Amino acid sequence: MWTLLQIELFKIFKRPRTYISFAAIAAIILIIQLGLKFDGTAYLQLLLSGIADSFYVPYETILNGYLVAFIILNTLLIHLPLLVALVAGDVVAGEANMGTLRLLLTKPVSRTQLLLVKFTASVIYTLLLLIWMALLALFLSILFFGTNDMLIARNTGMEQIEKSDILWRYMAAFGYAAVALSTVAALAFLLSVMADNSIGPIVATICIVIVLTILSELRIPMYDNTVKPYLFTSHMLAWKGFFYSRANQEGQAIRGSIENLPAIGRSLGILIAYIVFFVSTAVILFRKKDILS
Amino acid sequence: MAACSKMSPIIQITGLSKQFRELRAVDDLSFSVNEGDIYGFLGQNGAGKSTTLRMLLSLIEPSGGRIEMLGMDLRHKRKEILRQVGGVIERPDLYNYLTGYENISVFARMSGMRSGKRKLMDRLEQVGLAERADSKVRTYSQGMKQRLGIAVALVHDPQLIILDEPTNGLDPQGIADMRNLILDLSIHHKKTVLVSSHLLREVELVANRMLIIDKGRKIVEGNVKDLFNSAKMLVELQTLDPAGTLAIIRDSAWNALLKEATDGKFIFEMDRESIPALTRDLVSREVRITKLHPRHSLEDYFLSLTTPNQHVDTFAN
Amino acid sequence: MNHKTFIFLMILSLESLNPARGQDATQLVRNLKSKLDQVSSYEAEGTMKTNVPFLKVPAARVKIFYKKPDKFRVKNEQGISLVPKTISSISLNSLVDGNYSILDAGREVVSGQSLRVIKLLPSDENQEIVLSTLYIDEKDLLIVRARTTTKENGTYEVELAYGKYSSYALPDKVICRFNSKDYKLPKGVTFDYDDGSNKKKEDQAAGTKGQVEIIYNSYQINKNIPDSVF
Repeated sequence: MWTLLQIELFKIFKRPRTYISFAAIAAIILIIQLGLKFDGTAYLQLLLSGIADSFYVPYETILNGYLVAFIILNTLLIHLPLLVALVAGDVVAGEANMGTLRLLLTKPVSRTQLLLVKFTASVIYTLLLLIWMALLALFLSILFFGTNDMLIARNTGMEQIEKSDILWRYMAAFGYAAVALSTVAALAFLLSVMADNSIGPIVATICIVIVLTILSELRIPMYDNTVKPYLFTSHMLAWKGFFYSRANQEGQAIRGSIENLPAIGRSLGILIAYIVFFVSTAVILFRKKDILS
Repeated sequence: MAACSKMSPIIQITGLSKQFRELRAVDDLSFSVNEGDIYGFLGQNGAGKSTTLRMLLSLIEPSGGRIEMLGMDLRHKRKEILRQVGGVIERPDLYNYLTGYENISVFARMSGMRSGKRKLMDRLEQVGLAERADSKVRTYSQGMKQRLGIAVALVHDPQLIILDEPTNGLDPQGIADMRNLILDLSIHHKKTVLVSSHLLREVELVANRMLIIDKGRKIVEGNVKDLFNSAKMLVELQTLDPAGTLAIIRDSAWNALLKEATDGKFIFEMDRESIPALTRDLVSREVRITKLHPRHSLEDYFLSLTTPNQHVDTFAN
Repeated sequence: MNHKTFIFLMILSLESLNPARGQDATQLVRNLKSKLDQVSSYEAEGTMKTNVPFLKVPAARVKIFYKKPDKFRVKNEQGISLVPKTISSISLNSLVDGNYSILDAGREVVSGQSLRVIKLLPSDENQEIVLSTLYIDEKDLLIVRARTTTKENGTYEVELAYGKYSSYALPDKVICRFNSKDYKLPKGVTFDYDDGSNKKKEDQAAGTKGQVEIIYNSYQINKNIPDSVF
């Protein structure tokens, strides 16, 4: 199994297109950092306009590396699924299209094993993408903007986290994001198994994620009460929950706390269930599939 | 020609069929390939050759029948069988963005081989690609890709090699080289080779045994030498009442010469001299003959499969 | 009741409305101002607790700076603090500075303490402050509570508790209560994680009144503080 995994990773990282995603992430992050470096105060003034009338707002200290990283994550974790789909959607269908799938499947390797290895390889790719993003978004932002407390804007209000209470939250958030993105990878993977050409699975995954995200974010009771809790896109944003603290009786944020850890746990469980469902379905379909490509 | 084959079947196919929705691509196909054979699998495009070979290589699930290879049932011993089988289906698609060496290395490792660089380079040497080992496959010619495909199929030193249209897209020199390679594999390396083609000539030059398939069904199977014997003819008969005719034939000595009876067509293999006797006998039993078409050779017959409305006027011969 | 007694009582009652009592009030305010004027500047360290419905922030270690006549700043040098704009009302000096009419509003008992109530009406109609009401501990000359009504920002209240710095009229604890505008986040800026709880409803029920409490730990009184700090 390990040999097969090495082969799959070798193939993925030998393709020039794999590096497009890494380059795209770096470009987006640097653009955001540059923009905030020059115009960060204006952006914050917009974000904090709700409280600027009543409070003195120290824009210079609010705009620090931790907040910049949060802003980047907010943006990128909507776009990263598309980059994940690029590889996960290609991992089987791309081979079918190239014609190499039929050669692969004449080797003495079980189809189940091959498929699981291919999925694992796409998850590893996803993790590397995430680590790359973490390094650039967090550590580079800290380098450019320094560190301080973090202020986040929610629909219900603003929350502040002390400087020393932030880093572990980011680690937890990245860990969660890894699972969220693996869910997208699993969907793309399932669609890849069903197609002979990678364009279809990639586009279909992107469309599904976009449509379901809209459904998840739209506040329409008909969807809110029925499908929304079960859509995986509704749970992909739960990484933010690591940045929401509990308040004490006097309304102050409690250091080191998480507002609703059980909810995050539930969301995580749902995502894992989706991953298991998508991958099992892919394996079942693939075992019976006639390879005509 | 192939080395003299030992008589143990390395492939035993019984009643194999494959149904794709409305299309019956392979229909009740039975044949066997003996150890040491170069077995020619002949048929026009769309006859069912690729589908059959894909079933042998477990790329497609049969709808019915049984596949036994190396004495094992493919359904239950797939991995064990595939360790001993190397195959190239249609054109050998490889990873264009990898070099020749990287390609063979990838597939060697997938086959469970722990081959060092030396051994892999030997394989590439065997197919004449050692000098281009470090070039990306996208820069290879069609012939080079074909040869690399063979090298990949042979990398784990399999006992049985299955080649689907290996001369497709090759120039005459490439075709000759491929032919020599197949013969070399059989004679010097004692491999069993199953090679499919739509070119009768190619099969005639390499194979010792062969099968003709059309519309998914076996038309004829046997030793190449016997089938190409010009004394024998294939005679095609059509009548107004095929069912009745079949009953009559089955009840007569002509049954022994009947090779095939499908779609209202009857194929006999017989000497030219016996044709009038057949005609007389059938007419006397009030069989209403609409067509009696003797083929001068296997080639004529094979060609007729592609142009069914043409016929050679053999009565003049 | 005879004639003389009636007149005496009338004079007494008129005395209570007498502006001469207002002078008493003026003197009180003057005395208060003198006491406050002892301190021309200070740098204090303290803890600030914010309790505003739409703000969830941790208690913060802050530094408070004051310089006569009206420079006041709360800073968080280790992190971020959102300081309400009404915080400068803690600096009472600005309340008792300037031109205003003083009205004696009698006495009131607040938390078991009998306090003198003085209303200050700024003479300048263009000023932001419309009315200030001071609740004064006459004996110790300390303002215990101040309620200020403004044109733009509604009414806010400051409550002060004193300890070892009472001789300088510098409090140990200050609670500032104010109205805050309804929190509005620009749409589409961020997608929230909806964990299924009904937090928004709870917050709306809490209303838009906020409170900031500063507990002073230490003062450096009359320290030279550069203007750049403000």
